Amino acid sequence: MRRVLFTLVLAATLLSGPLARAVQPDEMLSDPAMEARARAISKDLRCLVCQNQSIDDSDAPLARDLRLLLRERLVKGDTDAQAVAFLTDRYGDYVLLRPPVRPATYLLWFGPFALLVVGGGILLWRGRRGSAGAEALAPPLTAEEKAHLAMLMRDEDEGKGRP
Amino acid sequence: MIPELGHYALVLALVVALVQSVIPLWGAARRDAAMMEVGRTAAYCQFAALALAFGALTYAHVVSDFSVLNVVENSHTDKPMLYKVAGVWGNHEGSLVLWVFILALFGALVAAFGRNLPASLRARVLAVQGMIGVGFLWFMVATSNPFTRVDPAPLNGHDLNPLLQDPGLAFHPPFLYLGYVGFSLCFSFAAGALIEGRVDAAWARWVRPWALIAWSSLTLGIAMGSWWSYYTLGWGGWWFWDPVENASLMPWLAGTALLHSAIVVEKRDTLKSWTILLAIVTFTLSLMGTFLVRSGVLTSVHAFASDPARGVFILALLVVATGGGLLLYALRAPVLKAGGLFAPISREGGLVLNNLLLSTACATVFLGTLYPLFMDAVGGGKISIGPPFFNATFVPLMVPVVAVMALGPLLSWKRADLAGVLGRLKIAALVGVVAALAALWLAGTKPVLAVLALGLAGWAVMGAVVDVADRIRLFRMPLSDSISRARHLPRGAWGTAIAHAGLGVAVAGMVGTSAWTTEAIQVLHIGQSVDVAGYSFRLDSVAEAPGPNYTARRAVLTVTRNGDFVATLAPEQRFYPVTRMTTTGAAIHTNFFSDLYAVVGEPAPDGTGYNTRFYRHPLVPWIWVGSILMMAGGLVSLSDRRLRVGVPLKRAVPRAAAAVPPAPAE
Repeated sequence: MRRVLFTLVLAATLLSGPLARAVQPDEMLSDPAMEARARAISKDLRCLVCQNQSIDDSDAPLARDLRLLLRERLVKGDTDAQAVAFLTDRYGDYVLLRPPVRPATYLLWFGPFALLVVGGGILLWRGRRGSAGAEALAPPLTAEEKAHLAMLMRDEDEGKGRP
Repeated sequence: MIPELGHYALVLALVVALVQSVIPLWGAARRDAAMMEVGRTAAYCQFAALALAFGALTYAHVVSDFSVLNVVENSHTDKPMLYKVAGVWGNHEGSLVLWVFILALFGALVAAFGRNLPASLRARVLAVQGMIGVGFLWFMVATSNPFTRVDPAPLNGHDLNPLLQDPGLAFHPPFLYLGYVGFSLCFSFAAGALIEGRVDAAWARWVRPWALIAWSSLTLGIAMGSWWSYYTLGWGGWWFWDPVENASLMPWLAGTALLHSAIVVEKRDTLKSWTILLAIVTFTLSLMGTFLVRSGVLTSVHAFASDPARGVFILALLVVATGGGLLLYALRAPVLKAGGLFAPISREGGLVLNNLLLSTACATVFLGTLYPLFMDAVGGGKISIGPPFFNATFVPLMVPVVAVMALGPLLSWKRADLAGVLGRLKIAALVGVVAALAALWLAGTKPVLAVLALGLAGWAVMGAVVDVADRIRLFRMPLSDSISRARHLPRGAWGTAIAHAGLGVAVAGMVGTSAWTTEAIQVLHIGQSVDVAGYSFRLDSVAEAPGPNYTARRAVLTVTRNGDFVATLAPEQRFYPVTRMTTTGAAIHTNFFSDLYAVVGEPAPDGTGYNTRFYRHPLVPWIWVGSILMMAGGLVSLSDRRLRVGVPLKRAVPRAAAAVPPAPAE
């Protein structure tokens, strides 16, 4: 959205000269299966000089270098996990767009869930009180009341649409 | 002279806003009608002054007055007129002028149309609105003057960032700001009501139109931004979970929750305290969006420190507004009495569940956006949070929202019959299953979750249809009676159904393009063709094409399917000589069910071919069709006569009197 006023202005200042758009044909591997693996992995890796872009989307020269490096590792026979580990060893967790689950990120990963449970718990607890109250408050309607209600509803319908 | 007038008007607006934020509040406390009335006059004056300032800046941009720094930095004589105007808000200072202009516009609208508000509430609302104005105008006058002169004036300007020179983006900020700033009125109404110590059904009804305007504009603004990234970024991505995007999504989520909880306040006089809190939080998130984008804190904590005057000022503004709002809430909310009771399975229960899920989703986006800053600030190391995180947390939260959305409007108030409602939704369930089966048949089983999600979208859309059909008793009454009922159905009910169906349509679009996009990236020579999802793309020619302030390299492609002509596509690469930047203009052919998307880029290293990227994006247009439906739903709801009348109708009016054309409020 407002990446406009920001991201791309920033990206634009970081890059000068002609833009290379994301993955280029000359970077791609001839083995389609391995290339598909490379694409899948590179969608979850961050271009370190960009603002929140994956190396798969990014136009930056660094992203290209990382894409080539990743493919080189895969060609050398690394598994997906090994290839990612190779990059995190060099660039740290910062390169992962999916932050690792460790004590420092527990709040991040489990916060929303905890909030849902706590919020839901409070609501259930209050709802139980509320429903007990509602039962007491509103005994079922008698036949006579229902007939009266139906009459009122009919009036309401007829009343609608008048200026 | 004109820029000085604009600058003067800006300072004048600040002084008027100061008056507006003090006198009416004082008057309301003393029950002094004349002092309260100052609020309205001041709101008009502030609006007039800011209209003058905005007009002056626009004039400077339109005539390319290069003695004004802001024009030099963001304009150029060759720039088309549309972007000379859009360039006014395409920069820091100018966007703030637009921000305060819209703020004053809303203030003036309350002054003009708030006749049915109690005088004291109106005075307090305008005073709070004035305070927000003071904060922002002070910020501008102190740190971000858009009218700064340059001497000697350069011969020409630096031009606007080419990425901003786009029709989709030209009008994206005004709608976004209408949304952000519109929620300022909800905040002012909440603060005003807290000072009054009274929140009732009438209050909810007064707030609702403003919340609807803000929400509809924000929906459109976000949709325009995502449409822009879809066609300019060169591969059809439409949402990136970028912090700047999240900054606009958070107020949207909170605002959606606010719209729904305000219904409960209006109809059942309960959830009052929660609704007030949501109004405060929604605007706080809007402010935070402005802060995140404007202070530079997102790029890194260090960028924030490099321009401390602006960053610290906005941070202070954010703290004062949020802190003030929450303090007022803590002090005064206990005064509000809880209203009607309800069983867990009821319309109220459904809306509470909606609020729980939307608030949690909003908190998730908040965590995902600010956690890296937080980690960095406490020295916990740098981490990145991108799409994989949000796909794993936000998306699962939205599934129950969409699932329950179909049920909600069918539940009755106080206590509902869930089995009966589910029975009435049998057709919706059937449509969901059919949608899932159709996806399975067309696209294969591949992502099972996507097939299920498409079924969910079908359920949501049909649920909205069932809701309306149910209300007008379609097929259970003679058709003419149903049509008459449809005509008399409250606009609010229509709005709900349209907006809910819109979300279902948009979800289908999101799922379709995320799961089943086909891509082909290759080097093509002139005359060669390549197959993508059954379509054949042939590169016919590549030629230079002149533009007003750029030169383009335009490719012409012919798309055929089984030998039959489908479309001619002409993607461009534009080079802007002033900024020395290249932009991509993708060519898109849509048939409503899918888009064919083509980009022809740089010449390939071998010198004879071109790097080309072709895509088929299934269902992607539905994202924006759905968004427009959502916005339309908001506007239809806005036209509900109950909102225009403003005060809940008293049943006691005698029949004969009701038939007489009513008050001038209509």
